[in-house]
Amino acid sequence: MTVLRKPWAWAWIATIVVYAITIAATAGASAAGLAQAAFTFAAFGVIVGLGQMFVITLGPGNVDLSIPATMTLAGTLSLKLMNGADAMVLPGLTLALAIGTGVGLLNYGLIKVLRIPPIIATLALSFIVQSAAIWTNRGLRIKPPESLAAFSTGTLLGIPNLAIIAGLLTVVAWVLLERSIWGRRVTAIGQSLPAARRAGVAVDGVRLSAYVLCAMLAGLCGFLLACFSGGAALNMGAEYLLISIAVVVIGGSSVAGGNSNVPGIWGAALFLFLVVSMLNTYGFGAGPRMILTGIIIIAVILAASLRGRGTEGG
Amino acid sequence: MRPSSDLIRLALPFVALGALLGGVFWLQPRAMSYTGLNLLFNLAVPIALATLAQMFIIAVNDLDLSMGAFVGFAACVTATFLNETPWLGGLILLASVAVYAALGVVIHLRRLPAIVVTLGMSFVWLGLAVMILPAPGGAAPGWLRTLMTVRPPGIPMALAASLLIALAAHLVVARSALGVVIRGVGGNERSVARAGWSVLHARAAAYALAGLFGVLSGMALVGLTTSADANIALRYTLLSIAGVILGGGEFVGGRVSAVGAVAGALTLALAGSFLSFLRLSPDWQIGAQGAILILVLALRLGLDAIEQRRARA
Amino acid sequence: MIPHMRDMSPLLSVSDARLRFGEVTALDGVSLALHPGECLGLVGHNGAGKSTLVNVLNGSLSPHAGRVIADGHAGRWDVTTARALGLRCVFQELSLCPNLTVAENARILHRGHFGPRWRAEARRLAREALDAVFPGHGIDVQAQVASLALAQRQMVEIALAFAEAGRPARLVILDEPTSSLDAGVAGQLLAHIRRFVAGGGTVVLISHILSEVLATATRIVVMKDGRVVADRPADSFTQAGLVAAMGSTARERRRPGRNGLSGPVTPLVVQEMARGLPVRVAAGEVVGLSGLAGHGQTEMLRALHDRLAPGWIAGRRPKVAYVAGDRRHDGILPLWSIRRNLTISALASLARRGLVDERAEAAIAEHWRARIGIRSPDLGLPILSLSGGNQQKVLFARALLAEAPLVLMDDPLRGVDVGTKQEIYDIIRAEAAAGRAFVWYSTEIEEMELCDRVYVFREGAAVAELTGDRISEAAILAASFAGPDTEAAA
Repeated sequence: MTVLRKPWAWAWIATIVVYAITIAATAGASAAGLAQAAFTFAAFGVIVGLGQMFVITLGPGNVDLSIPATMTLAGTLSLKLMNGADAMVLPGLTLALAIGTGVGLLNYGLIKVLRIPPIIATLALSFIVQSAAIWTNRGLRIKPPESLAAFSTGTLLGIPNLAIIAGLLTVVAWVLLERSIWGRRVTAIGQSLPAARRAGVAVDGVRLSAYVLCAMLAGLCGFLLACFSGGAALNMGAEYLLISIAVVVIGGSSVAGGNSNVPGIWGAALFLFLVVSMLNTYGFGAGPRMILTGIIIIAVILAASLRGRGTEGG
Repeated sequence: MRPSSDLIRLALPFVALGALLGGVFWLQPRAMSYTGLNLLFNLAVPIALATLAQMFIIAVNDLDLSMGAFVGFAACVTATFLNETPWLGGLILLASVAVYAALGVVIHLRRLPAIVVTLGMSFVWLGLAVMILPAPGGAAPGWLRTLMTVRPPGIPMALAASLLIALAAHLVVARSALGVVIRGVGGNERSVARAGWSVLHARAAAYALAGLFGVLSGMALVGLTTSADANIALRYTLLSIAGVILGGGEFVGGRVSAVGAVAGALTLALAGSFLSFLRLSPDWQIGAQGAILILVLALRLGLDAIEQRRARA
Repeated sequence: MIPHMRDMSPLLSVSDARLRFGEVTALDGVSLALHPGECLGLVGHNGAGKSTLVNVLNGSLSPHAGRVIADGHAGRWDVTTARALGLRCVFQELSLCPNLTVAENARILHRGHFGPRWRAEARRLAREALDAVFPGHGIDVQAQVASLALAQRQMVEIALAFAEAGRPARLVILDEPTSSLDAGVAGQLLAHIRRFVAGGGTVVLISHILSEVLATATRIVVMKDGRVVADRPADSFTQAGLVAAMGSTARERRRPGRNGLSGPVTPLVVQEMARGLPVRVAAGEVVGLSGLAGHGQTEMLRALHDRLAPGWIAGRRPKVAYVAGDRRHDGILPLWSIRRNLTISALASLARRGLVDERAEAAIAEHWRARIGIRSPDLGLPILSLSGGNQQKVLFARALLAEAPLVLMDDPLRGVDVGTKQEIYDIIRAEAAAGRAFVWYSTEIEEMELCDRVYVFREGAAVAELTGDRISEAAILAASFAGPDTEAAA
């Protein structure tokens, strides 16, 4: 039963249970369709969740609040640059990633120069980025290039293309976190910044790169979401602030930092979508769905604290 | 005697507010009137109340990510239950304040990260609000509407109310023994506990006060807009944090100022109007709020650096 | 035995108190009685047991054996009963809330004393308390504590401890109360202590400034290795006598210092400081930092490490490695295995295309486990499964494994058993012989005798440099304690 001991196991078990309950209501009729939808929508949560995970791993107080604004700005500007032309796909993607890089650099620049907590820095910058997005987005009804729109809604061997991209990124993130020296350093900083510093970790460089990576993934997610939904909307990133943090927490990563895992992000992202579908299937409205989501987040953090209490004595 | 760093710190939000107001008057002298000011600070009261609510949480070194959702919930209750069956509405709002106090207790006893607990609560409040009001609607109770649109002689309602609120909150935070203990917990929890105080009670009280001010913010909002919507105040979460910091508050260490927080909230409320007078696109309203926040933080850092250099000399 | 017995019964006494922290015996049968109307000077070097004794007296720690008797009753003794007796403490670490005003801090410290108009009362209380101890203090009681200078904060803390709020202060324990006060203000405090004692109060005074203790205390207790080694009226001591009493009786040096480095050598690194001597370190040298704890040694090491360790991009070969002393704060990475804790300092050399070569990692970890004798069946076990001494070995191995030419050690062997210490001494000597330089801050004077050169710190600066045969317990003690005649000796 070693799998059950993994911190991400619970998110996956819950996902499977919720999936089964939902399928039961429709007598198995929608099993494949539901799975496909779940993987498609979970992909967005996974992409931003991976970035947020690296930031949260850096330790208490580290969280990126600028993800929604970055998503909106990247989605808007890249669609504008591509202007529906298939030939411009690569420049569009590059622009989205460049916007992410810029936001990440500015985020850490503010943290470092103004010596303010990351929450305040990313909050202040998100206001400016959001405004830039609103400004560039006004009256914009640009559709994504045909090829991209088709790709983002398409499937390969029955698997949504978006889920494949998110899957590849997940593998990369897993290698970074679990196998690379960079991941070791991020995890060390999250356990104790002074200890990591004294052990010779270049803490500024590592923290900067985590913030840049997080913002780049937000940029990419905004790009994909804009293509998927046929255009960039101003509030397209709004719900991803809470989702990006929620998937990290529900996925079993420690909010206090230093102890994160990648598989839990997928479990949690699928779970969040499936809970909504399950309650939909059983005729619940948006209200109960949100209440349940909130209760689950609090229950997870409470359970984690109880578990922590158990081993602390040793 | 040269002004202390506390004084400069306290003055900074007012300097920012004054500068912004001066800019508005310079660009548009007609704004310097009763009606003009009323318009400029139209939504200032609910923002100020939400900022004060956030301030109580920050005073004990926590952070509330559910403030916007909670204000929205209170607004929905106000526009429905409080309007139709006032006793039930009052009871619900009172219960929600009790929930806040309970959150403080749980967070303290289990040593939970407040950010995550309130993140979860933001879903809960939003869900409850959606259940109460699935579509925008409801109506403000008549007495509330009257209260929020009263036109006192000489000074616009928004400013008068902000002053009163700031004064009331200042009495609680700075003058009462409870306020001292709450800030003491933020400043040095161990020594407060060592002197025999209950840190648990202090934290619960801080959360309850936050709940109370959150409820008041929702009520004030409905009084102004006459109807409610679950998403009506979602932006207040980030605005309230920004307001506290703008007002001279610190993220940790229990350094908060009620008067400063209200000034910070007014500054944020004014930032939008300022842009429209500059004939800049209102799209940059949020951006201006962010820019002001960064500017004030940079100024504060500069002042601290000067202060330190002087102390060393 | 106390030579002059008093007629009055003691206010507070401990008898045969014993306390152990893991391997370390902090109190080894201490008996002490505090009488009304006396000022007890408590002196001793690091690790003598002063702070532990103070924590037993104030109820924060209960001894494993022995009794505490307050006012003639041997009941419960904890922080609450201690406060009820009228015991007040002033520690070196500030216990004020920096974000509150002086008056508000008075409100916090004296709970339950105030009525509804507490603001005016608290202001008066704070002002009167300050006026009583430090006449002409010039401190605004409505100023935030954070905006006060360090000395002013300490004055507030001391004055509030003596304040009459409801119940009077009967026993005040002062731990290094004058460390940041200038001579004039310190004089005011000492005068107040004498007045307080003359009025029947009791004071325990801990200070590194021996002239202060000699001039103020009525009785002096000297501690060493968790025992009371002298307990006599203050007028029977001289400064030289006190220093001698703190030291040990003629102990042989365990190891001769290395020769050949006493002449002028080109330093590997020089750390200039705001005051005092610059600290110079040459390759292959073991440089000791000594003096009483908290006099700037750790700050100097941190400043040196901050200067040499890169913040943005780590090079392949680190220039410096650091062994933390406060291992819970800046040493161990608590969620990790022993192996990962070991190799974090050498990741760059273990990487292949950015990924950790886990086989090489296991090999190097195994090598150091054998070399330094980490007692654990499996390096994959959590670091917290190790005993404190073994955790400290891991941190030491981590620093050596980085292959940096300079190793900084921040009192890393506190609380480590004797056998482990011997092993680590041997490794330090061997590594130094191979050309590495060590800067070694230790609170234990014996360890300084293993060094080629020792800087003694006092009040944030290196005040004495001892080399070769001049490194001795007597010389270090003399330089650690300030006073007119030790100044000349240093």
